[in-house]
Amino acid sequence: MFGYYLDLALHSLKRNKALTALMVLAIALGIGASMTTLTVLHVLSGDPLPGRSGTLYYPQVDARDDSGIMSGKEPPPQLTEIDGFNLLHAKRADRQALMTGGAVPIQPDSAALDPFYVEARYTTADFFAMFGAPFRYGRGWNAADDEAKARDVVIGSELNERLFGGANSVGRTLRMADSLFRIVGVLGDWAPSPHFYDLNTGSYGYAEQVFIPLQTMLDLHLEHNGSTDCWGNGTGGVGTIYPAPSCVWMQFWVQLDTPAKAADYKEFLVHYSEQQKALGRFVKVPNVRLRNLMQWLAYQQVVPDDVRLQAGLAFGFLLVCLVNTVGLMLAKFLRRANELSVRRALGASRRALFAQLLIESGVVGLTGGMGGLLLALLGLWVVRQRPSDYAALAHLDPVMLLTTFLLALGASLLAGLLPAWRACQITPALQLKSN
Amino acid sequence: MQIQPILAALRHHRTAAFLIGMEIALACAILCNALFMITSRLDMMRVDSGVDESRLVAVWLEGVDDSSATDLAARLRAGFAGLAGVDSVGVGNAVPFTQRTGEMGFRLVADDMHYNQQGHFYVGGPRFAATLGLKLASGRWFRPDEYGAIAEFLPRSPSAMVDAAYAKKLWPGQDPLGKMVYSGTDGYRVIGTYASLVRPDPYPQAQHNTLLLAGTPGNGLASVYVLRTTPEQAARVWNDARALVTRIAPTVVIDPVHSGPMTDLRRAYFAADRAMAGLLVGVIVALLGVTALGIVGLASFWVQQRRRQIGVRRALGATRRDILRYFQTENFLIVSGGIVLGMVLAFGLNLVLMQHYELPRLPLYYLPIGALLLWVLGQLAVLGPALRAAAVPPVVATRSV
Repeated sequence: MFGYYLDLALHSLKRNKALTALMVLAIALGIGASMTTLTVLHVLSGDPLPGRSGTLYYPQVDARDDSGIMSGKEPPPQLTEIDGFNLLHAKRADRQALMTGGAVPIQPDSAALDPFYVEARYTTADFFAMFGAPFRYGRGWNAADDEAKARDVVIGSELNERLFGGANSVGRTLRMADSLFRIVGVLGDWAPSPHFYDLNTGSYGYAEQVFIPLQTMLDLHLEHNGSTDCWGNGTGGVGTIYPAPSCVWMQFWVQLDTPAKAADYKEFLVHYSEQQKALGRFVKVPNVRLRNLMQWLAYQQVVPDDVRLQAGLAFGFLLVCLVNTVGLMLAKFLRRANELSVRRALGASRRALFAQLLIESGVVGLTGGMGGLLLALLGLWVVRQRPSDYAALAHLDPVMLLTTFLLALGASLLAGLLPAWRACQITPALQLKSN
Repeated sequence: MQIQPILAALRHHRTAAFLIGMEIALACAILCNALFMITSRLDMMRVDSGVDESRLVAVWLEGVDDSSATDLAARLRAGFAGLAGVDSVGVGNAVPFTQRTGEMGFRLVADDMHYNQQGHFYVGGPRFAATLGLKLASGRWFRPDEYGAIAEFLPRSPSAMVDAAYAKKLWPGQDPLGKMVYSGTDGYRVIGTYASLVRPDPYPQAQHNTLLLAGTPGNGLASVYVLRTTPEQAARVWNDARALVTRIAPTVVIDPVHSGPMTDLRRAYFAADRAMAGLLVGVIVALLGVTALGIVGLASFWVQQRRRQIGVRRALGATRRDILRYFQTENFLIVSGGIVLGMVLAFGLNLVLMQHYELPRLPLYYLPIGALLLWVLGQLAVLGPALRAAAVPPVVATRSV
């Protein structure tokens, strides 16, 4: 029966090419626009560390006093240096890493290369294991190196390519900011997107090429970049090397393997805050947060407003296209009242007619979906040409491909429901008589 | 033209009429909000910077601030000033259309614990304001003895200047001259206001909340240079300035994103807004196109369905113009119904957008604009089918089918 209905559908669609083309075009435009924006949204709100993100948490404590413009009930989005090191040294999590960002000048030995700046991440030993950063050569430094302020460095594959032509450079020295460092590891291609562990440096398309122990950075007074928020009177700046104790400028991540451990850790944060209050450092009642990675990204609204707005707009457009298609489909089905009433008079049930008409709208939907897919590919190509930091990420993946077809089919079937139902209400005898 | 018979006829096509009405309503809601967003973006892009953009070239350096900064700043300033076509060189902590560097909370009352105000503190060396081309609105410019060295982020200096419009907000109805501004332990007395200076990173909620302090170039004030030249020479001066930095300060790196002729900086700063505005225009065009095609499709169907009735009316003495008018009026009624619903939807959509995207309230005058657009669109779309209907000859009435 399906084959026969399909035949009928194609026949009927061919009979009125302009109307069919109009319906297919409307669906294709709507689907194309929605899929383009939905894909961008999907890519940008994706999980940067699939499989790991569930056990990674971002602790926040509130060290602010009552002055200052950093108002609101939420604790600051970063930690002070003191709290960062206190929590790091407490070692209450399965793994933990304290970090901040910056840039360092690389001073190559070779005279052929001019000095240049690269983005740097100053962090502690657990960083690599906790975030699953893949090593091409060597490995990271350990906690003892942290405390010893070792002149160790892990470099990214891009920098290794630039300086050593991609060869195993472990054990070689690298001059940075007038100090000699020993390369202990070379990372493979690794650039989690969004750049979840520090969103202040830009959320997408950003990868540091140099990783240095945090204590080494503090010891050598390397340049710090990123967001610094202060309260009270101390700010840091010229004349001070790093932000004042009343400034937040460090990020702290922990790995907690079970929900029970996460609950314990949150309790520890409350306990820590109370202790600091007793010491006179904290003023407020304990105000802590322990969001996991995905919750943190959602809270920080990492997906740009414009992207969400575009997706909403595209779906509004799809809705208009659908209403349009419902109207056209209705016109098309009602125009065939004669044919349908003959079939009814010859014994076809309402159900059979309904199925036949739905198949027809399904054909329209699939063709429109196909067109929409082409438009989405074109749309994504346009997005990639645009000057935004996420442009390069806009590609269609299998999940979104399947979503496209389901959306197209679902949309056109939905659009076919009302017209098909209306067309089935025809009284066979009346129609035959009127002719 | 009687409306009664048209309404009676429409009652037979309730579903189709309702669908067109719905389509118009949705289109109206999206159209009004999209138009509003486009104009907001365009307004933002037209923000008054208060400086002579076409004459300015910015050079933003990295790796300057250290013990050698005073010496380096002097050499760079002398070098820039010696370039052909450069009239004047200023040193500051930031320039418009780059990034914020002096965003800070401040107080208007000395013993108030709370930092209730937040603005961008520009810090400029002696020729900063003149190089930018700021205009004095009231009071006076800084005197040479008022420039102080940078301590932490702000200079040790007794005086401050404020954007004239911002001063009206800070001290409504009062003369800002002589008023105090406190940040940290430092107090600054307002000695003058300038006509306008945009913050380095203007955004819809904040554009001109700026203050200007007087700083001595040196450590903490040696990274951002602004060169004044003529519009024709700006591109060349920028090239020369780049070459100069590599020559006299090889350890210093130019920040490519925040350096260049200021017209380029402005264009780059608003690139995303321009792209979004373009996209919104595209959506509007597609939306109107699809809606128009939908109207054409349904109207054609109705004309075909009513050929006999049209023939009968023509045979009974209706003119072509009567038939044309009939379809035009019918379309007008449906579109009007859609617009009424659409205006309610437009406001609903705006409320949702206000909650999620910090958009302001939709001004009322967007509604008649959207309505007018849709009326015109409806009339244009129905014209083709209506003309075809008007061309139906009376003889059709005498034929069966």
